[in-house]
Amino acid sequence: MLKKLALAATLAMAPVSGAFAAGADGHVENYEFSFEGPFGTFDQAQLQRGLQVYTQVCSACHGMEYVPLRTLSSETGPGMPENQVRAYAEQNFEIYDEEIDDWRPARPTDNFPANEAAGAPDLSMMAKARAGFHGPYGLGINQFFKGMGGPEYMASLLTGYTGEDKEEAGAILYENTAFPGGWISMAPPLWGDDVDYADGTEATIEQQSKDVSAFLMWAAEPKLMARKQAGFVGVIFLTVLSVLLYLTNKRLWAPVKARGKE
Amino acid sequence: MSGIPHDHYEPSSGGEKWLHKRLPIVGLMYDTLMLPTPKNLNWMWIWGIVLTFCLVLQIITGVVLAMHYTPHVDEAFASIEHIMRNVNGGAMLRYLHMNGASLFFVAVYAHIFRGLYYGSYKAPREVTWIIGMLIYLLMMGTAFMGYVLPWGQMSFWGATVITGLFGAIPFIGESIQTWLLGGPAVDNATLNRFFSLHYLMPFIIAGLVIVHIWAFHTTGNNNPTGVEVRRTSKADAEKDTVPFWPYFVIKDLFALAIILAVFFAVVGFMPNYLGHPDNYIEANPLVTPAHIVPEWYFLPFYAILRAFDGDVWVVIAASFLTGGIIDAKFFGVLAMFGAIAVMALAPWLDTSSVRSGRYRPMFKWWFWLFVVNFFVLMWVGAMPAEGIYPYIALIGSTYWFAYFLVILPLLGVLEKPLPQPDTIEDDFKANLGKSSSKDGAPVATPAE
Repeated sequence: MLKKLALAATLAMAPVSGAFAAGADGHVENYEFSFEGPFGTFDQAQLQRGLQVYTQVCSACHGMEYVPLRTLSSETGPGMPENQVRAYAEQNFEIYDEEIDDWRPARPTDNFPANEAAGAPDLSMMAKARAGFHGPYGLGINQFFKGMGGPEYMASLLTGYTGEDKEEAGAILYENTAFPGGWISMAPPLWGDDVDYADGTEATIEQQSKDVSAFLMWAAEPKLMARKQAGFVGVIFLTVLSVLLYLTNKRLWAPVKARGKE
Repeated sequence: MSGIPHDHYEPSSGGEKWLHKRLPIVGLMYDTLMLPTPKNLNWMWIWGIVLTFCLVLQIITGVVLAMHYTPHVDEAFASIEHIMRNVNGGAMLRYLHMNGASLFFVAVYAHIFRGLYYGSYKAPREVTWIIGMLIYLLMMGTAFMGYVLPWGQMSFWGATVITGLFGAIPFIGESIQTWLLGGPAVDNATLNRFFSLHYLMPFIIAGLVIVHIWAFHTTGNNNPTGVEVRRTSKADAEKDTVPFWPYFVIKDLFALAIILAVFFAVVGFMPNYLGHPDNYIEANPLVTPAHIVPEWYFLPFYAILRAFDGDVWVVIAASFLTGGIIDAKFFGVLAMFGAIAVMALAPWLDTSSVRSGRYRPMFKWWFWLFVVNFFVLMWVGAMPAEGIYPYIALIGSTYWFAYFLVILPLLGVLEKPLPQPDTIEDDFKANLGKSSSKDGAPVATPAE
């Protein structure tokens, strides 16, 4: 009965995550990312490339108001030296400071600024706020094996423009194979070679899309590597503890069972 | 009722005697821990410890989270991100708390199903059962309000839908809803009171848990045979039982360690699997999510709530008979709460004189169908209310009520139970013969 219930409970937990198949879903490519799986880690060079794409392309319309700039120096993140972070903040962002009632260059102690000018959503948690994979049939099995698919969804979206557009109610919509419904109001942001990668990586649309998606996954889940490590240590520790308790339990009950047999 | 005969605490040293005369607290702890426990308990009797652990885990992580959380509509969402990014160990604490709620409900459902199968709700344990149902209701309330606190999209819209249920009550519904929300809609007042109650209710649960334990320590544990421990003498009782400490403490801790290993894998490797992506978007009263879905542990009841729409004949009949007072929405609300009410009444609806499902050949089938039905309802609760899903939900909901209101009462009359063992000792011996007759070698003696 225990086994049956355990199995049933596992299956029962599944439907939730598959619960949000929203109408006509777009196609999401299952891109490989270095941070997937129980032992996955962020690729620091990729995060830095992604930051470059965010800064030079995305940040024109999208803010990232929950991400502190200082975390760019995180060892388990982009890992930029502190003086570079300081220079990056000063050069790229202006912050309105209430104390001096004026704008000033951003410092590492500030967050990335919000950006509501174009009505574009904030990207701080975008990688966790979208699911690329669903079902099947609301069972959540795809998400169990492939992950929630936030970064895959974003990379698919950025590469999914067909080049078609249409005008609807005064707004221009662009056809996109990944976007639910097929038509998105965001104009294609990437055309290839939008940035000059310092490490010489070729800046194709797909490369830039994957890089910025990886960066946004870090932005959404900066403690991912520490979390996986804690999970791994926890599982190992508890497995050892289970074995010890199993042996203790067996020895403890042995005389009771022996008496029972008499 | 004197309970199962066993040795009681005798203070030995002078200090112990001094304290015992003034406050017999050591004696209370001794009697609680040394409770004679049927020695044939199987692995389904471990969930109580898991549940106790969950309550402690949730209270400890919750108290620390509350130190960093801000219950205000403009700051709640940002304060969660503050916890996730700036507080030392904050991300881990929050994921433990989030997934701790899921573990809590996995355990409580296993615990309830165990009680239903082995007839743990039957006399003389009705009070234990009723208190358990109260704890379960409070758990649902606590979890629901906790889910609102991050102030994400699902928080807001879940709160809107669920508090809207109270608005379905005829005549006074809207006033009740306004009173609960502290205003005409889910807003800052709602968030504040939910935070306050979310902090309060676990302590009420803790109090009820003590009463729950007190109740079954008075009646003694049920066990897989449903046969009572012999109380004719201490010697007889000792043949059927072993003291809770150390035998079941160690066994339960072993089970807990395995369950926690799985739990840590979920927290460490897929902490958002059981959550909803929309809750990483800040609440926005102007944008409704495509599908509003509650947390997984509410889904069976959400399915029952939605099953009874205006096309179902009982709903039409109820509406006609009451002159429209009971409309489809209110009927759904009644069905949802009724589903738990009929479960709470199981001790009086089950007419069989045999306690354990093990000796009830017909009951077994209906019980397992009930379990399967529970998961079907959970699944259908997550699906959109269109196409074939409402029909599945309706069949499932009907079976839920039929199980308690028709099947349990009838089975007691129709069913011919199998012979039960005379004593727990007999059952324990029979099981030993089954499981360990192969390793007939002398049982390992301690190595020292």
